[in-house]
Amino acid sequence: MIKAILIFNNHGKPRLSKFYQRYSEDTQQQIIRETFHLVSKRDENVCNFLEGGLLIGGSDNKLIYRHYATLYFVFCVDSSESELGILDLIQVFVETLDKCFENVCELDLIFHVDKVHNILAEMVMGGMVLETNMNEIVTQIDAQNKLEKSEALSSHDSLSAMSRSWSYPYLSNPDTTGSLNLKRTHLFPVGKNKAKDAALSTPPQL
Amino acid sequence: MPAVSKGDGMRGLAVFISDIRNCKSKEAEIKRINKELANIRSKFKGDKALDGYSKKKYVCKLLFIFLLGHDIDFGHMEAVNLLSSNRYTEKQIGYLFISVLVNSNSELIRLINNAIKNDLASRNPTFMGLALHCIANVGSREMAEAFAGEIPKILVAGDTMDSVKQSAALCLLRLYRTSPDLVPMGDWTSRVVHLLNDQHLGVVTAATSLITTLAQKNPEEFKTSVSLAVSRLSRIVTSASTDLQDYTYYFVPAPWLSVKLLRLLQCYPPPDPAVRGRLTECLETILNKAQEPPKSKKVQHSNAKNAVLFEAISLIIHHDSEPNLLVRACNQLGQFLQHRETNLRYLALESMCTLASSEFSHEAVKTHIETVINALKTERDVSVRQRAVDLLYAMCDRSNAQQIVAEMLNYLETADYSIREEIVLKVAILAEKYAVDYTWYVDTILNLIRIAGDYVSEEVWYRVIQIVINRDDVQGYAAKTVFEALQAPACHENLVKVGGYILGEFGNLIAGDPRSSPLIQFNLLHSKFHLCSVPTRALLLSTYIKFVNLFPEIKTTIQDVLRSDSQLKNADVELQQRAVEYLRLSTIASTDILATVLEEMPPFPERESSILAKLKKKKGPGTVTDLEEIKKERSSDMNGSAEPALNATVVTTPSPTEDLLGLGPAPVTNSPPPPPTSDILLVDVFANPAAAVAPLAPGSDDNFASPDLASSEVVSEEPADTVHDADELFHKFVCKNNGVLFENQLLQIGLKSEFRQNLGRMFIFYGNKTSTQFLNFTPTVICSDDLQSSLNLQTKPVDPTVDGGAQVQQVVNIECVSDFMEAPILNIQFRYGGTFQNLSVKLPITLNKFFQPTEMSSQDFFQRWKQLSNPKQEVQNIFKAKHPMDAEITKAKIIGFGSALLEEVDPNPANFVGAGIIHTKTTQIGCLLRLEPNLQAQMYRLTLRTSKEAVSQRLCELLSEQF
Repeated sequence: MIKAILIFNNHGKPRLSKFYQRYSEDTQQQIIRETFHLVSKRDENVCNFLEGGLLIGGSDNKLIYRHYATLYFVFCVDSSESELGILDLIQVFVETLDKCFENVCELDLIFHVDKVHNILAEMVMGGMVLETNMNEIVTQIDAQNKLEKSEALSSHDSLSAMSRSWSYPYLSNPDTTGSLNLKRTHLFPVGKNKAKDAALSTPPQL
Repeated sequence: MPAVSKGDGMRGLAVFISDIRNCKSKEAEIKRINKELANIRSKFKGDKALDGYSKKKYVCKLLFIFLLGHDIDFGHMEAVNLLSSNRYTEKQIGYLFISVLVNSNSELIRLINNAIKNDLASRNPTFMGLALHCIANVGSREMAEAFAGEIPKILVAGDTMDSVKQSAALCLLRLYRTSPDLVPMGDWTSRVVHLLNDQHLGVVTAATSLITTLAQKNPEEFKTSVSLAVSRLSRIVTSASTDLQDYTYYFVPAPWLSVKLLRLLQCYPPPDPAVRGRLTECLETILNKAQEPPKSKKVQHSNAKNAVLFEAISLIIHHDSEPNLLVRACNQLGQFLQHRETNLRYLALESMCTLASSEFSHEAVKTHIETVINALKTERDVSVRQRAVDLLYAMCDRSNAQQIVAEMLNYLETADYSIREEIVLKVAILAEKYAVDYTWYVDTILNLIRIAGDYVSEEVWYRVIQIVINRDDVQGYAAKTVFEALQAPACHENLVKVGGYILGEFGNLIAGDPRSSPLIQFNLLHSKFHLCSVPTRALLLSTYIKFVNLFPEIKTTIQDVLRSDSQLKNADVELQQRAVEYLRLSTIASTDILATVLEEMPPFPERESSILAKLKKKKGPGTVTDLEEIKKERSSDMNGSAEPALNATVVTTPSPTEDLLGLGPAPVTNSPPPPPTSDILLVDVFANPAAAVAPLAPGSDDNFASPDLASSEVVSEEPADTVHDADELFHKFVCKNNGVLFENQLLQIGLKSEFRQNLGRMFIFYGNKTSTQFLNFTPTVICSDDLQSSLNLQTKPVDPTVDGGAQVQQVVNIECVSDFMEAPILNIQFRYGGTFQNLSVKLPITLNKFFQPTEMSSQDFFQRWKQLSNPKQEVQNIFKAKHPMDAEITKAKIIGFGSALLEEVDPNPANFVGAGIIHTKTTQIGCLLRLEPNLQAQMYRLTLRTSKEAVSQRLCELLSEQF
């Protein structure tokens, strides 16, 4: 069973946390910090598995993680899961995010936490793998978006809200992001690499 | 076209997030968040009704704030209101808020449940999906009460959509995990099993997860899933990679589903022959595919392929029944040990660890020792090195113990701090377990203290003292060695403790050497005194008073030390009291009294190594077995058997002299003299040889004192019929080591055992099949007087209460001293409901378990056969076949019996011949056997020739029952 799914950046800022076992809010934050501490001190190119921290249950649990650009994706699982299977699941998750957001980067996760939760919910439910077929997942997400759009169009106030959002300051107009301390770094490098599709084979590590 | 259009964001949310990200300090961030919280609060409380868009925006803001680690104490009501909206957008954000933020014990659960109920009844698959997700995420007991009856119906209904079925299966799984009692088994179970045949692989994956969990507790209900799972697996494994379309992941057909199916199969023993053949085929195909060139260079391809491969290997190891597959698995793992992918090396080390405990492959695993040692030295990753340590520990036996211990000690000098203590414990255990020469053991432990003194826990140094005290052949050496070790200018305090204790007991053994005269010994110890902590100083004071008895010539020196102000007026009460009492004792007591009071410590009674308990505790914090270990440890502390008596005194006892000097009742009455035997395991040395009936109930002194005899009497009153019932099952175990020994409506007893040479270990699993606790659960292993002298059995206690549905495990360590006829009897007594239950079964420890196969040529075989031609050495039996006469099954049985099956030895190819050696502690007995089937008459003739008549007789009896 998957106990928790955590995404945090290179500085330990959480970008997504999803616990499938009940922990108090405080413990959740401590687990995130502990996990960041365990994972971030590891060299690149070592193995992707390690024993879980004490807070999440010690050596009965494994942390299985991947580092993409500025983000760590960490799954905390018990002994009933296949390590390599989970590693591939992380890859499916990130590839799905990439499809849904088109060249996904950390900013997408920050500004669309709800979407990321929805995508994750299509893959993992109650700590068990629900769906692994990427096309199926993307189809579900598409259907949800269509529903949202049709609801938005049928309602005046949401429509005006939407039109306001086209002037969204950061993503549509990168020049205004000067004050942001975070640049737009794609999880999968775009451009040539992307075209050759080589970036997917190994998670890029910046 | 991206599925999430970036323009859809909410401006207010984006502005807020950017504000937070622009905050220069933590304080500024908190200020901004508090401002926003106040804003949202006022909006929620305000008179103006919020539209859906605003509600969604505010809830998203709250989620973001929560993610940053701030408590959210409002908004729940608004989120619940969103659930009853008809708009998908609003409903969805409401559910999201609840699944992230609502505690399972929240008062809102009833309102949430109402909304969920409506959505489940809506027949709108999207809404149903949201509702099921919410149940699975919160998974509280109230939810289980409300929906556990409903969800199975949704799951098996014919008109439910695939995506809803998937969600329903996992939702039910979650509820079963939190409240198993609320999920009733019923008609739906058989229909769930048939979901394994579903068209939609997503449904199959979810159903497999569900069945795997349910089958662990209700194996009977779901046993039909085995054949379905095997055929599904077989279809996947043999399919072309394009057949499964979207479920093919980087050219690997449905890897996740394959992994789940293989896990499901691990819940059951190897299936019956027909299905088994098909499964073996699948496993072979998976192993074969590993050797094929990869279809893609991408790491995802090899990951997915290897995920299935590792799962297949762990199923092979779990079944532990096909030697051929086990060997292949071992070879495959051997390849991975040297793979360039770190992940694969890690997993290979981990899987090999479990493989090392299989009787078929232990030897094969050992061939990789150099690679593993190399991994320990060169791996960059501490996770991998730790797995290497685990594997070395698992593959250690008498033949390689010295090498492995030496390598671990080497590694310890540079090991990561996080795993040092664990390595120390492992070294200590291996050194003890495989010590043939106890001087080696003493050297090893002293080295441990030298290299990693800070990580040597009390258990380790207690243990070395226990062993030195219990073995008089090593005492002189130990005294000499600690004396030399103490010469080092800086030595670890733990060494001072060991040194102090050992010299206090056995310093006289080296006092004849002028280089270690009494005064030199004393000065050496006293030179360390002032650098040590209080407990160590207290221990040293006891050493001094022991010196007064051992060496009267330095009595005055010691008295001077005791009399000094730093002792008599020490600020520490314990030290002061010791100094005062010891000084008085040395002044007023006569030599005789001193000699009695300060006599050498009696040997320690011992059952389980306290270090082992400690290691288990360290390895699995938070597990059930772990709790049991802690309990055990405590109970052993209580009756003082696991620690030197000294310790109790140092810390607590107000009158220290009494226990310390061995006058306390506990150590004296509880300790039999050590048996005269020499080279068996220490654990055995400590076993109480007077009572072959080992007391199994944990802890209290009562259990140790007398009831052994009482319980054996109870059995002798009425064992006859119950024991006989189990005879048929008993015979099943002659040729195999694992399986179910006994089962009735209340209790299931399973066995797993392994034997090597004259030693064996049996794990007995007691499963409570009821939902009620068993109380006073007391299993006892009983040997008759005859058996007692030829078979040493040693058991560890089990917890006297067994919860409903729970399983407890008990380990029996077995040593075969000489050949034997009967089987020990396992008597189990417990209270179930109000009634007392008492049953006995024969424990299948039979002489053939100590067989080691011997390969030999035809010529050798007949030469030996002729040598054993004395009529007393041969026993023959002619009997009618009880089972179909299948050559393959017969071969498997002869191998399972323990002897080697010799091919092309007998001139008649229809006959079977075997050879092997029975290992007992006292002798080794060579055995030859020949089985001649007569198909027409449906008869067999079995001939056994061994050097000992009784052995021939017994083996012939045992084997005749098998065909």
